[in-house]
Amino acid sequence: MTIDAMTLTLFLPLFGAMAAFVLPRAATGIGLVTVLATCGAVWLLALEVLKAGAVITPLGGWEAPLGIALRADGLSLAMLAMTSGVGLLVSLGALNALRDLRQRQYFWPLWLLLLTGMNGVYLGTDIFNLYVMIEVIALAAVGLTVLSGTKEALRAGLEYMYASILGALLFLMGVGFVYLHLGRLDFAGLLEAEPSGALSAALALMLVGLLLKTALFPLHFWLPAAHANATAPASALLSGLVVKAALYIFLRLTTYMPLPDEILVTLIGALGAGAVLWGGVQALRAERLKLLVAWSTVVQIGLIFIAFARAGQVGLTESWKAAALLILAHGVAKAAMFLAAGRIKDELGHDIIRDLDKSNIRPTLAQFTFALAAISIIGLPPSLGFIGKWTLMEGAMAAGYWHWVVVTMIGTLLSVAYFSRVFAGFLRFDRVRAPVGEHQGWALADVAPLTLAIASISLGLMAAPILSFLELGYALGVMP
Amino acid sequence: MTPDLIYGLTGIAVFAIGLTGALCAQDRLRRVLALKLCSLGAGFLLVVAAWREPPAAPDPVPHALVITGIVVMISATAVALALIRRLQSLEAEDDD
Amino acid sequence: MTDMPLLPLFILLTSLLASPILFALPERAANLRTGINLGVAAIKVALVAWLGWKVSQGVVYDVHFTVLPGLDFKLQADPLALLFVSLSAILWLITTVYSVGYLESGSHRARFFGFFSLCVAATVGVAMAGNLFTFLIFYELLTLATYPLVIHRGSAEALRAGRIYLIYTLAGGLVLLLGTLGLWIVAGTTDFVPGGILADVAAEQRLVAQMLFVVLVGAVGVKAALVPFHAWLPIAMVAPAPVSALLHAVAVVKAGAFGIMRVVYEVFGIETAQAIGMTAPLAALAAITIIYGSLKAITQDDIKKRLAYSTVSQVSYITLGVALASPIAAVGALAHLIHQGLMKITMFMAAGNLAEGLGVKKVSQMNGVGRAMPGTMLAFTAAALAMIGLPPLAGFVSKWYLAQGGLDTGAVWVVALLLGSSLLNAIYFLPMLYRAWFRDGTETEAVPARRRIGWMLAAPPITTALMVLAVGGFANAPFSPLEWTRFVVAIEYQE
Repeated sequence: MTIDAMTLTLFLPLFGAMAAFVLPRAATGIGLVTVLATCGAVWLLALEVLKAGAVITPLGGWEAPLGIALRADGLSLAMLAMTSGVGLLVSLGALNALRDLRQRQYFWPLWLLLLTGMNGVYLGTDIFNLYVMIEVIALAAVGLTVLSGTKEALRAGLEYMYASILGALLFLMGVGFVYLHLGRLDFAGLLEAEPSGALSAALALMLVGLLLKTALFPLHFWLPAAHANATAPASALLSGLVVKAALYIFLRLTTYMPLPDEILVTLIGALGAGAVLWGGVQALRAERLKLLVAWSTVVQIGLIFIAFARAGQVGLTESWKAAALLILAHGVAKAAMFLAAGRIKDELGHDIIRDLDKSNIRPTLAQFTFALAAISIIGLPPSLGFIGKWTLMEGAMAAGYWHWVVVTMIGTLLSVAYFSRVFAGFLRFDRVRAPVGEHQGWALADVAPLTLAIASISLGLMAAPILSFLELGYALGVMP
Repeated sequence: MTPDLIYGLTGIAVFAIGLTGALCAQDRLRRVLALKLCSLGAGFLLVVAAWREPPAAPDPVPHALVITGIVVMISATAVALALIRRLQSLEAEDDD
Repeated sequence: MTDMPLLPLFILLTSLLASPILFALPERAANLRTGINLGVAAIKVALVAWLGWKVSQGVVYDVHFTVLPGLDFKLQADPLALLFVSLSAILWLITTVYSVGYLESGSHRARFFGFFSLCVAATVGVAMAGNLFTFLIFYELLTLATYPLVIHRGSAEALRAGRIYLIYTLAGGLVLLLGTLGLWIVAGTTDFVPGGILADVAAEQRLVAQMLFVVLVGAVGVKAALVPFHAWLPIAMVAPAPVSALLHAVAVVKAGAFGIMRVVYEVFGIETAQAIGMTAPLAALAAITIIYGSLKAITQDDIKKRLAYSTVSQVSYITLGVALASPIAAVGALAHLIHQGLMKITMFMAAGNLAEGLGVKKVSQMNGVGRAMPGTMLAFTAAALAMIGLPPLAGFVSKWYLAQGGLDTGAVWVVALLLGSSLLNAIYFLPMLYRAWFRDGTETEAVPARRRIGWMLAAPPITTALMVLAVGGFANAPFSPLEWTRFVVAIEYQE
């Protein structure tokens, strides 16, 4: 068995997780080195994909359908790059954010396990492996949710656990149907299969399971509490990265097995619209900063599904690009935002929006970071979020789907409204006339979120290379 | 009725019972058990997928999948139970 | 001759890069901050002068890179851009001096000047945007950078004003996004080209072109404070005086008016805009705004509110000149872009001095302020008289060309409109001057003098007032704004 970049991408974090678990004292070091090495492996893999298009590796030399094949193309590599890149910066942010020894000790193995699961999803080529990977992700993610050990976090984590396992089991049931019907589970098999009622039922089960895991309205009920009550680095990972895994599978599956009816596509878009509106209203009402940020994730997931639905079944081959751009944009910006929110909470000692300005400590840099990330999430130029929204609206307008344009615009206005609640608090320090301390509330810990936030803006100017990278090895959904 | 149909329908029925429980039950432990039922149902279905009209040997791949599924579910159950215990002890502290 | 092809980018970057440095400076490093502010502003003026020299030599600048397939981020330095860039660069320098004086004892100066700098960077970007896509980027950046300035005082009233400002301008920005997308889909490009890019589309799909016109002009009309999108401007006057100067004279309102020019001249092309029958409604809307703003101004007692409604009215002169579709009126419009900026910035800085020096904020308190602050009030008087249109001051020149343009296109009503508007200008400005110079200051005694006005507050309005006199008096001199304007119009009308 040769060691190649793809295998490393999958196994480095796995071994890192084990090592970090066995050697809790060295967990931080092991964790950082592992994430860095994974970034390197992804980089090597990216070079291969740039050269050759899609790359396929049968794991352990066993060919599909019996063995497990790994496959990387532009889309999966973009997801891998986002995961390891954002993951690296969140890891750096976590150095400071996790004060408690016990938290540090468990954070690293859980996070590396999570990384394994996500890399597995992005490289996986058969749906049973995807099932295993989403279960791995679910267990690690629940562990991260309850890391703070508070009662609220435990309750939210348990709800998350139920939703996540149920979603995975619905997916597994679908997998069972597929095997019953086709006798194989690899993507190539799905692609070759003739559409039939049984396959559609299987697809429906799998998709509902995925929607539950990615928290599309109205299956989002578990998300706000889970993401708002976790510790900041965990929230950043959960909101920025974890929900994307299920979204990615959704994108892949619906490309290989197109939805049988355009009404279903519209229905999914309508759920996305529901998420944008309902999530927006809830974010307007949220009293705590982290809860607001969590609701904005619900909104953004909705927007991504609108991107997915915007061109209907016919145009699906194009619309995935808008969805992919939005996924990347949200991953980077939301991680920055949650880390920044965590920093603000650390400095002020609370994150109640109404009282953000009632302190004479000014976490200026964290607030600046938060605002930059918000620009990308609202979708203001020239951020990556803007480019995603531009692509979405361009497609929707060109296809004459004006309702999606309208929903997107309403969603944008809502997001301006709820983020401006926060901005006003940031800018209005004068309510406390106490002598403003020379302590500016800056710290080294602001560097990681700030880097992410700057990336979320400046990546927008690099949209053209990102788009062409996404298309590598894709060829309209046909597996080479 | 062929055996695969019987097992298949049973699998679906067990899954449905589990699903109902997972959605409707209030008690934390019951919901965990309901999820276990779901996984059993899905396992049944995979076993059916392995069945071949004798004397043909059954397909080994689904068996491997079922075993993997069981392992995954055991881990999930363990995590859920640990969470519930921790939560209960925290809540008990509050009551005192 | 293009020894420095990235010059437009450098002009943009001077203030863009200054901004994070200013943010990071500690509050107490006042001298260093002032040094950076003035230094960068002066460098920018010098670079703009150099750019102007190069462009007049025939050098073409084009900085661009691809953002999305077929869609570029593009900066250019055409004569129209240069007109606006020069205005904002010079006025920025003056406003910076004024702001330093104004905020001498204020708080949060690091933040203020950081956003101030960002705001000017955005304005320069708006001016030099080579296509609507780039224009959109900076148009939104301008909104974001001015919002913190509007709510700088942090009072409940300021927050409310900020919220309204944000809602209006971001909604406008969203509509602009829609329009830009529409243009991109319909025309396959968003480039600004003299003569427009929509002639073919307008010939085939008249309705689409008309809708696009309404969307685009409506979107930029929000910042240009066209009725009915003007409500944010009078409310935003709670901002500190230098910010008002920025909003009314240098950046925001001007960006809107400038946007109207770009859209009408270089997206549609004046002939196409006329052919689809959209210039007449735009002219009518501008006329309504001119009269409405003036009427509202008369009833305001708050000085800055009166000035704000006056801006609503005056900026629409620019729109009117564009919409009249006559090259002579266009000269008036472009000249007014400069003239209105100079006049209004003078008045807002003078109003700021009255409030700071004497605590006078209302017209009814203005009795005798002329004797108390002669320099400031002389500047204010010159600007007010120019605004009314007294020959040979700046406002007269613009109005003259607009009226000529009206007659030229057979729209005699324009002359009546301008006369009426001048009368209204007189009705709301002359009482202020009368109170200032000819009434005794008994009522102002109730408000004790707050502080001495230093040279940094006193000099800027006098400087701009002198410029008002100069651009009017020497309107026909070479290199005067008016001459440059003629040059620009010749390009836009492709003569």
